[in-house]
Amino acid sequence: MEQVIFYGLALIAIVGALVTIFARNAMYSVLALVVTFFAMAGLYLQLNAEFVAVVHIIVYAGAIMVLFLFVVMMLNLNSVSSIVSNNTSVKWIAGLFGLAMAGILGYGTYVTTLPARGVNAAENGTVKVLGKMLFNEYLLPFELTSVLLIATMVGVIVLTKKEE
Amino acid sequence: MEKSIFDTVPLEQFIILSLILFCIGMVGVLRRRNMIVVFMSIELMLNAVNLLAVAFSAHRGDPSGQVFVFFVMVVAAAEVALGLAILVMIYRNVKSVDVNALKQLKW
Repeated sequence: MEQVIFYGLALIAIVGALVTIFARNAMYSVLALVVTFFAMAGLYLQLNAEFVAVVHIIVYAGAIMVLFLFVVMMLNLNSVSSIVSNNTSVKWIAGLFGLAMAGILGYGTYVTTLPARGVNAAENGTVKVLGKMLFNEYLLPFELTSVLLIATMVGVIVLTKKEE
Repeated sequence: MEKSIFDTVPLEQFIILSLILFCIGMVGVLRRRNMIVVFMSIELMLNAVNLLAVAFSAHRGDPSGQVFVFFVMVVAAAEVALGLAILVMIYRNVKSVDVNALKQLKW
């Protein structure tokens, strides 16, 4: 049963990713990517990573993709449909590079001996465990993210402000 | 031993899945000219890496990997907001989101 769910989610994720990069309309790309993200959230749940799954849905499907959708709508890109490269050689080279990368990474995976399985604590991915880690060992990076986010916010406002 | 996903689905399959997603994202970056789709492909690659980190974290039984994924998500959110702001600014200036519109950056 677990296997069936895994393969189903993996298939949805891969098909969504393919639709994302091959759809001619940017709107379809955004929607396909949302589907991929939901499938990945399902995979996180299968891995007992509840916190990451919830944050993933809130941040990616909730915030980032809405931002993308908003920009696509704002720029009204449906009129600009010359989005796929007309240059066929570029397409072939891109595909070739992708396959080469897959081959290299696949070979690397094949020759590497994976580490042994650790003790599987089922509550590893819960908010309780991760919250304790975030506020003990990772307190400084966690606080620094707030600096990063405020700097980003200021930067975005400065960049998009219309000049007088 | 407690019951876990790795009894039925070995770690290799998670690695292969994230490898496929990463390569799809890379092809998207190389192939598309629409800057928004290029951005989405980069998001896809980041997510593939996140999936790998969570898989290894669950495999080793070490929650640090998931904390790391959390930080990657924070940085990705900041990056997307800034990137889209730059994209909107580029669109205002050159009236296009085609990456070829920025050919002058070569020199």
